[in-house]
Amino acid sequence: MNKRAATKRGELPRYRSFHPGTQPEYSYPPYASTQKRCPTQPLVVAPQTLSELTGPVFGYGDIKPTDNDLTRQHRGEPIGERIVVSGRVLDENGKAVPHTLVEVWQANSSGRYPHRTDQHDAPLDPNFSGAGRTMTDAEGRYRFVSIRPGEYPWRNHYNAWRPAHIHFSLFGPAFLTRMVTQMYFPGDPLLEYDPMYNSIADQKARARLISVFDWENTVPEWALAYRFDIVLRGRDATPMER
Amino acid sequence: MSLYASGNQTVGPYLHIGLDWLTTRDIAARGAKGERVAIEGRLLDGEGVGVSDGLVEIWQANSHGKYAHPEDQQKKPLERGFRGFGRIPTDDQGAFRFTTVKPGRVPGPGATLQAPHLVVAVFMRGMLKHLATRIYFPDEPSNAEDPLLKLVPPARRATLIAKHKAKAVLEWNIVLQGKNETVFFDF
Ligand SMILES: [Fe+3]
Repeated sequence: MNKRAATKRGELPRYRSFHPGTQPEYSYPPYASTQKRCPTQPLVVAPQTLSELTGPVFGYGDIKPTDNDLTRQHRGEPIGERIVVSGRVLDENGKAVPHTLVEVWQANSSGRYPHRTDQHDAPLDPNFSGAGRTMTDAEGRYRFVSIRPGEYPWRNHYNAWRPAHIHFSLFGPAFLTRMVTQMYFPGDPLLEYDPMYNSIADQKARARLISVFDWENTVPEWALAYRFDIVLRGRDATPMER
Repeated sequence: MSLYASGNQTVGPYLHIGLDWLTTRDIAARGAKGERVAIEGRLLDGEGVGVSDGLVEIWQANSHGKYAHPEDQQKKPLERGFRGFGRIPTDDQGAFRFTTVKPGRVPGPGATLQAPHLVVAVFMRGMLKHLATRIYFPDEPSNAEDPLLKLVPPARRATLIAKHKAKAVLEWNIVLQGKNETVFFDF
């Protein structure tokens, strides 16, 4: 525990508010399902208390070391283009977020989820479940091996297709750092038509959800690689740190 | 260095694939001290229809009012095996149910003390960023002095306070829109 994190009054430093335009609104009409599910009353602005400045702590004991390889969860190998997805989890101050849980899920290479409500007429892959998790290391790094997910149709509007994506869920050190997001792939022509991607107003913030082709981490004769860094909310500097 | 936090995106309809492995319906499973209680309710959309592709996550202190987290430095006992975390997907009717112990009081801003409460994050398809709310307990005199409840317009406070349903069973619903719309917080 970092004692310097406490201010003079013994209170913990606050997390900064999100920068305008970098987060989606609850009501976003182009994503039709938001309309019956968004609050209509204003949110109540509240102080950050010990309850929000803390959050669940997970450890290496919660996962298996092989949980970060989605290509080795069944007897055979899944069909598709093998990929390595790695990156760092940082906070807004540029500091690594170490030893934090990262959960991922995705469609198979034909754009199908093994989920009872997925009616897309594309083949299931008996060798691919599409879920993984890992912990970041001391420098905030994580790494997954998977297959490139397929695009899939949805019923939001006529001829709606989701761009290829991997769902990411992160906890960070506090209730206030909890984040669920999606990673996209560079050059995907569907991004410009996707209401979820476009729900983030700020163009730069939106583009940061697109992974970067990662030559350094490609594995010759085996897999291409993508880099996806994730930034969680950061805290105000304490008087001592300023 | 100064960066901006990454954008949130919805969990989508297939959230269970990635998140079910950590489903935790019994938050105080391993002999934690305290008053045992079950909390059940429904997650309801603007038409009063249950949200079947949703999930609630709970974060709470133990019965002594201590969080299992390194930054809670209060001199109160921690209990081995009590993490204080729950993850409960909604069912086909949008219903959820979990069991836990009633948490103790934890400090609030300044010299205040908060009433016993659970912190809740709500995720679902059709929601681009999760919502934050709280569950308070009925017949709890300290609710009157809770620093966060005081910020809520009096007519809406009841949406944050669970109701008695049966012996040791409380009911608390999440109403996304309309007359009894649940209070959500912006921290
Ligand atoms: Fe998806």
